[in-house]
Amino acid sequence: MNRTKGDEEEYWNSSKFKAFTFDDEDDELSQLKESKRAVNSLRDFVDDDDDDDLERVSWSGEPVGSRTRPGSFQSLSDALSDAPAKSYAPELGRPKGEYRDYSNDWSPSDTVRRLRKGKVCSLERFRSLQDKLQLLEEAVSMHDGNVITAVLIFLKRTLSKEILFRELEVRQVALRHLIHFLKEIGDQKLLLDLFRFLDRTEELALSHYREHLNIQDPETRKEFLKTCIGLPFSAEDSAHIQDHYTLLERQIIIEANDRHLESAGQTEIFRKHPRKASILNMPLVTTLFYSCFYHYTEAEGTFSSPINLKKTFKIPDKQYVLTALAARAKLRAWHDVDALFTTKNWLGYTKKRAPIGFHRVVEILHKNSAPVQILQEYVNLVEDVDTKLNLATKFKCHEVVIDTCRDLKDRQQLLAYRSKVEKGSAEEEKIDAILCSSQIRWKN
Amino acid sequence: MSPLDRIANVSILKQHEVDKLYKVDNKPALSSNEQLCFLVRPRIKNMRYIANLVNADKVAGRTRRYKVIFSPQKFYACEMVLEEEGIFGDVSCDEWAFSLLPLDVDLLSMELPEFFRDYFLEGDQRWINTVAQALHLLSTLYGPFPNCYGIGRCAKMSYELWRRLEEEEDGETKGRRPEIGHIFFLDRDMDFVTALCSQVVYEGLVDDTFRIKCGSVDFGPEVTSSDKSLKVLLNAEDKVFNEIRNEHFSNVFGFLSQKARNLQAQYDRRRGMDIKQMKNFVSQELKGLKQEHRLLSLHIGACESIMKKKTKQDFQELIKTEHALLEGFNIRESTSYIEEHIDRQVSPIESLRLMCLLSITENGLISKDYRSLKTQYLQSYGPEHLLTFSNLRRAGLLTEQAPGDTLTAVESKVSKLVTDKAAGKITDAFSSLAKRSNFRAISKKLNLIPRVDGEYDLKVPRDMAYVFSGAYVPLSCRIIEQVLERRSWQGLDEVVRLLNCSEFAFTDMTKEDKASSESLRLILVVFLGGCTFSEISALRFLGREKGYRFIFLTTAVTNSARLMEAMSEVKA
Repeated sequence: MNRTKGDEEEYWNSSKFKAFTFDDEDDELSQLKESKRAVNSLRDFVDDDDDDDLERVSWSGEPVGSRTRPGSFQSLSDALSDAPAKSYAPELGRPKGEYRDYSNDWSPSDTVRRLRKGKVCSLERFRSLQDKLQLLEEAVSMHDGNVITAVLIFLKRTLSKEILFRELEVRQVALRHLIHFLKEIGDQKLLLDLFRFLDRTEELALSHYREHLNIQDPETRKEFLKTCIGLPFSAEDSAHIQDHYTLLERQIIIEANDRHLESAGQTEIFRKHPRKASILNMPLVTTLFYSCFYHYTEAEGTFSSPINLKKTFKIPDKQYVLTALAARAKLRAWHDVDALFTTKNWLGYTKKRAPIGFHRVVEILHKNSAPVQILQEYVNLVEDVDTKLNLATKFKCHEVVIDTCRDLKDRQQLLAYRSKVEKGSAEEEKIDAILCSSQIRWKN
Repeated sequence: MSPLDRIANVSILKQHEVDKLYKVDNKPALSSNEQLCFLVRPRIKNMRYIANLVNADKVAGRTRRYKVIFSPQKFYACEMVLEEEGIFGDVSCDEWAFSLLPLDVDLLSMELPEFFRDYFLEGDQRWINTVAQALHLLSTLYGPFPNCYGIGRCAKMSYELWRRLEEEEDGETKGRRPEIGHIFFLDRDMDFVTALCSQVVYEGLVDDTFRIKCGSVDFGPEVTSSDKSLKVLLNAEDKVFNEIRNEHFSNVFGFLSQKARNLQAQYDRRRGMDIKQMKNFVSQELKGLKQEHRLLSLHIGACESIMKKKTKQDFQELIKTEHALLEGFNIRESTSYIEEHIDRQVSPIESLRLMCLLSITENGLISKDYRSLKTQYLQSYGPEHLLTFSNLRRAGLLTEQAPGDTLTAVESKVSKLVTDKAAGKITDAFSSLAKRSNFRAISKKLNLIPRVDGEYDLKVPRDMAYVFSGAYVPLSCRIIEQVLERRSWQGLDEVVRLLNCSEFAFTDMTKEDKASSESLRLILVVFLGGCTFSEISALRFLGREKGYRFIFLTTAVTNSARLMEAMSEVKA
């Protein structure tokens, strides 16, 4: 729509909807604002014409949207009593009489009361430290955080930071508000100074560390993390920070290398399973999974080998096995899965052990659609008989069910299971053979 | 935008000549309009966004008109930033004092989810005035509240500020008959346990699974059995929903199936009808039946979706662990469960929630567990969560057991505004807003874990524990029940002491004489920091039992996920 400036004026002034007035009316109110900015002290200027505190700004005259809403105040009062329904609609308008009754010599408690109502208040006249602190005290006893922060803004502007810090150190409520305010406006420098002054070393360290979230570029972030290492964290946290740095350092190297390999197109694993995302800033476990997926066979010396990650970050066996299993199962590399659990005892016999419980192994294998023979093998290794039976039934490992029922001498269950296997199958035959066997002392 | 949605949706705004709507974000709003209006919460980052826009315009030599509408009110810090950014004179500011959204016939929400983090983590009291204003509004509409009870530091401050407001604007409620007999203030941190539990009443489950926002929920295609999503308003007007909302989930499916059968029978009636009857049927009943049909299939779809998700998550195992934590046995097993949960990278929010539940019920994790679980969490979900752990510690949600009891005395001194650098160092210099939890002792004292002989009947619940399958009575609800029974805190001194709140439990009964017996059965419960649907269901039950009617006023509706997200420093 093309409108000339003149048309526009006309449009806005003659529109059937009185839209909210953007213009500051040329009334004494705005003159007032100008004066206030020029000089710091003012006396009553506001017209007492309007009875209302609100400069009414109408959307359309109707208090709220035209559709009926369930559960409005109307129905609330209906629910309460037979009294006539009460209607309330929050109105849109200038903050209640900002400049009304302006005066220059309000006491601290009056000032604070005005502030709570959102009225304009010059705090400039509270010049002595004693006056300032009294004002703060009043604000704190009012409980309104907006007022407390308003006073703190004033104090921050008119007191040196040493004095401000010294006074706030013994005023916990005000102190909390200042800290939150500094966090919100991003005054990192003053915040850190404050923590240093209060000897809150850990919060100082954490506050500094938090900044890394604002740095997107990996190299820059890595360098920043390096600066966090010497900070006064607790012993455990220092280790975590160190790990964070090391992890990102590694990820940058791996990412660069792998991106190169992938684009070169020579490496099979990257061709078959193209990477869906970058490894940067991923958690350690995710990085380990990635490494077990793409770099499983690499020797300990390389940055991207799983063993290297395990050693560097002291990843517990449980976590390592779980993650490696998930990765190899996804690739359907059943031999690798086998190798994970096979150990040789001192007599040279191989045996299967798992730090995570074989029921977990079975679940992960099943999730990755492992063939029944593989599943069966691991279900068999589950120690707890009930769990074994449950899993075998759930995953249709017939042999295991049959053998377990036989071992438990549970004829009923075996009979019941017979109906679940395929007619004329080898399993059915086996079941029949067992049921006929005279050597078993069935318990039911 | 959501509370605005409940008042004036996009089409209504367009009727009022709003050209286009943008979400306040970090991206510039490319618009050719001459007037821009910003409807924002009073947060500094919103101010920066507006300033960037206005200053960019200035640089480009463009003049427009700008209006900023602060909802529910303007904060001085925001003005300061506008001034700093040099745009104070370029924008006009208004306030939209919209602080109470009636979500249902008995539920008022202030839609201030930020209340929880601002107050319980940062100790910022900025919203206390907003709460006081909302209460003042209610008292001008419904008369003074004769009986006031409360517990918690924030409760006390809100109460005090509200009373100051009433005194200053004296005369507005004078002589008016009270319509609501009691008001009860409760801080969220009086009872974190309830907020952290998995919900099993229907409305709670829907919230946990689908996220109810401002009283409405987005049901996706898997629920609507079509290729579209549907936004559904959930409140007492949905007759189907209203009957199942407070029910334990085990009852819901059966109920819905029965209703579906009844509905079918109603439809089938038309077989034997003559023309006149059919005409009557179509004009009077068909619409209602169709409506009911629509709602039924929606809720059945929701149930199916919920059941599918829960089976996948192995919900049964999860609930078993939660109950064990609540009851206080098999702690080692529960800890292993949590460890495995973290190892498997199941969900960062869920893992956190379980750790917090363990911590609060056990008065903190033993050092060995705290360190090991923390390390594993950082390894599974990201090292930057170091910051999340620091937040949880400050808020008292996830703490390490202190070596020896002597620290408690020191800790409480620190939290009483005494500056003592040595003490500060011992308690890690965290000015403690957090309390020491004594859940087991409180649980025993208040009988929160019902002793059941035989099975707990969920179809005909006998107490509020049904909202957690009979395993646990919500602490917050129990406190309310006890105080209302006694009309005071008498006899509850031990509990109050265990809650670490001796100075902040108050009663004020001054205006009872004018109140009718009807109004004395009406109780307004004010939750500061959020309340869950489970608590609402439990109190509705209590109301039916004792002949009370509860009305809920909450800073926001919440659940465990929202609580954990509020504490998480890292946005997922």
